[in-house]
Amino acid sequence: MTKIHITTTVNGDDAEFLCDPRETLLDCLRDELRLTGAKEGCGTGDCGACSVTLDGRLVCSCLVLGVEAQGKEITTIEGMADGDTLHPLQQKFIEHAALQCGICTPGILVATKALLEKNPDPTETEVRYWLAGNLCRCTGYDKIIRAVMDTAADLREAS
Amino acid sequence: MALDSKTTEFKYIGTRPNRPDGLDKVTGKALYGADTFAPGMLHGVIVRSPHAHAKILKIDASKAMAMKGVKAIVTRADFASDLEGDDWDLLENVMAGDKALYDGHAVAAVAATSQLLARDAAKLIDVTYEVLPHVTNVDEAMKPDAPVIREGAANYSVPEGMHPNVVRHTEFGHGDVEAGFAQADLVLEKSYTTEAVHQGYIEPHACLAQMGADGRGELWCCTQGHWFVRRMCASLLGIETANLRVTASEIGGGFGGKTTVFIDPVALALSRKANRPVKIVMSRSDVLRATGPTASASMDIKMGMTKDGRITAASGVFRLQGGAFPQAPIETTTMCAFACYDVANVHHVGFDVMSNRPKQAAYRAPGAPMGAFAAESMIDELCRELNLDPLDVRLKNAAKEGTKASYGPTYPRIGLVETLEAAKAHPHYQAPLKDNQGRGVASGYWMNWGGETSVSLAISEDGTAQVSVGTPDIGGSRASMALMAAETLGIPYENVRVNVVDTGALGVNEPTHGSRATYATGLATIQAAREAITKLCKRAADKWGIDADAVVWEDGCAKPSGPNAGEFPPLSIGEIAAEMGSTGGPISGHFEATPNGHGGSFGTHIVDVEVDKETGHTSVVRYTVVQDAGKAIHPAYVEGQFQGGAAQGIGWALNEEYIYGSDGRLQNTVFLDYRIPVASDLPMIDTVIVEVPNPGHPYGVRGVGETGITPPLPALANAVAAATGVRLRGLPLSPPKILAALQSKSDG
Repeated sequence: MTKIHITTTVNGDDAEFLCDPRETLLDCLRDELRLTGAKEGCGTGDCGACSVTLDGRLVCSCLVLGVEAQGKEITTIEGMADGDTLHPLQQKFIEHAALQCGICTPGILVATKALLEKNPDPTETEVRYWLAGNLCRCTGYDKIIRAVMDTAADLREAS
Repeated sequence: MALDSKTTEFKYIGTRPNRPDGLDKVTGKALYGADTFAPGMLHGVIVRSPHAHAKILKIDASKAMAMKGVKAIVTRADFASDLEGDDWDLLENVMAGDKALYDGHAVAAVAATSQLLARDAAKLIDVTYEVLPHVTNVDEAMKPDAPVIREGAANYSVPEGMHPNVVRHTEFGHGDVEAGFAQADLVLEKSYTTEAVHQGYIEPHACLAQMGADGRGELWCCTQGHWFVRRMCASLLGIETANLRVTASEIGGGFGGKTTVFIDPVALALSRKANRPVKIVMSRSDVLRATGPTASASMDIKMGMTKDGRITAASGVFRLQGGAFPQAPIETTTMCAFACYDVANVHHVGFDVMSNRPKQAAYRAPGAPMGAFAAESMIDELCRELNLDPLDVRLKNAAKEGTKASYGPTYPRIGLVETLEAAKAHPHYQAPLKDNQGRGVASGYWMNWGGETSVSLAISEDGTAQVSVGTPDIGGSRASMALMAAETLGIPYENVRVNVVDTGALGVNEPTHGSRATYATGLATIQAAREAITKLCKRAADKWGIDADAVVWEDGCAKPSGPNAGEFPPLSIGEIAAEMGSTGGPISGHFEATPNGHGGSFGTHIVDVEVDKETGHTSVVRYTVVQDAGKAIHPAYVEGQFQGGAAQGIGWALNEEYIYGSDGRLQNTVFLDYRIPVASDLPMIDTVIVEVPNPGHPYGVRGVGETGITPPLPALANAVAAATGVRLRGLPLSPPKILAALQSKSDG
């Protein structure tokens, strides 16, 4: 099948790739651009390990076709830190031991960043429901929720 | 400090520093199984049986092979043909022989220049089957008319007259159970079932294999133990073990399910045939259909208790279905079921049964949760009938140092009583409950494991240390090893780098399994550091011209042991290391052994649930884990293990189950239908770390990973019984089952 040339922006940089119309955005990010921070845990939009933002909207990149990225702005986990300065969420996840194996961590960080941009003062219940589409099998979510709540409090204080 | 002494005062151990691999894991840089590429790499796809049980009459790959871009196709004929025993079973599971034994069983594989092309080619591989009758339920599989999975699979232990699907049998105990039941004021006999569940690691199995025409191979894969992978792959491919070098990627969860192989030998076989690197990544439905779930279980428990709560006798029959292969964990199910208690009269019978399901694999305390569900539910039933407090009854019967365990040995120092006392004293146990809420408690046990271990520690020129370990870091173990090395050497945590090295760099290491990494790799790290210290002291002694015995190591420095040794200013590790090239060469320490001083870990959980009587839905409203860690090296990751074990146990108790249709096909092969707990399903999970030091570890460590999954199953069932007044003896406690039970109670 003929591949299609896609021009897009990834983490602020111009990017282009050739993709089969059947390939997902996740496949294109990983296999074409070698940005392997987004993970495939299920391929059916149930686990959230492939979370990225597309024009600012949180999506499961396994449910988006690569061709849909044409002209869009994509942000992945690789674009979350500012140079060598971690995003406060990244820092808090390390400090709170909010990851064990770490495979769900990129997706959860991308998803929680999107939450805090929308709602800087979420309740614990709101955080839990926002993250209900991001599966973690290691932690029981306790330390993840605490890291998110703690980051939100710090960010509110700083603003 | 004498190097053979027990340490109880710590500078670094017990603190909570940032994990060394944290940065890579929050920025997306860490490389997992599917995250590497090789020049000329092909993609492999596996063809799987759609039938639960079928003869494979013919595999026609001609159409697929004719496709442009298809480079290799393998079937069973491409693997070793002279295997026996466990290796034969392993190969039979990795690639079917004459029969497909379960829905999802691999029958062929193809490698092509792209993933999409490989998928298209897999569809063109034409397999002709003769469908056979199947059985997927453990009790059905034991019945006289059940289809036979494999003739001759049973070993010597099976009593005569049993169905050929019963492949192993165990029976043991002590005392006289009939006499014990006669002493009881109440004897109950009930049957319990648990369903098969999956480990549910979020990272599907993935590997990248490269095998040359010279019989030498390289394999990158996500695994809990790359030496195991090396041995298994070498055997299945018929090559020498040392000719295969295996590198463990970062691992995205395993929980026991990544201690064996599924795709790795297939990728190597495809690579050998195509003479190019081959990557295979499983889909989630492949993971659920064809990698190890747990066994399912059907159990009968009989227990007697006096009016004041003394258990007089206990007996259990445990029937486990472990898929189409022998190996359901009947030993650990029977060993752990009554292990918490000092019971004079106890008897266990276990049956390992084959059925048309995938080969069971280890899952966190493999075998223990099923038995605990039955035994701890039974204790709760007795407590309710006799109107006794379930923690008081457990305290009254608790095993302690010197108790003859239900499975035979005499316990050394253990911490069950301490967990029960801490649970009883916890505010949770006294907190008021609301309408439709109920509280359940249960205890659990896992014996833990030592296992083959090899560690090297090398001192760098600037006095920092690098530790080479062979146990993949699945949940913060680099941090724990660095803490133990820093403590022993007396240098800052940041000055230690821990590397998980490949199979070419160390002797055999068992996987990160059996709750052994912090215990065994930790012990080896400490001993390797002590060996390095001995050498560092010798260099100082030589420099000072005194006897090496007259030098002690304190706070990262060599010092004269006392005034008689002479007056010399301390020599720091950095000063000694800076000169090591000219004072005798590199300084390192090494340790290898199969340590067996692993101490068992006991835990007690308290859970409050609220049951919606209209929908049958159970919410977990409060949860507390109390467990003995021996010594918590990095308490945050110990808490994490407690919390993760509890969450997995909650899933097993409430939601998760393998659902097979009447056609023998797995019905729930995606995460939407196989529902593991999500963030909104759970409350915070409180933890209490009890520390009863393990005499078998220099710093007192007990493994903590596995025990935490055993109490939740019965604790949840006991809580639901308290909330509703109905006792459910089959997991999961799903809403339809609870509704039906409530309905029959109101009808009754």
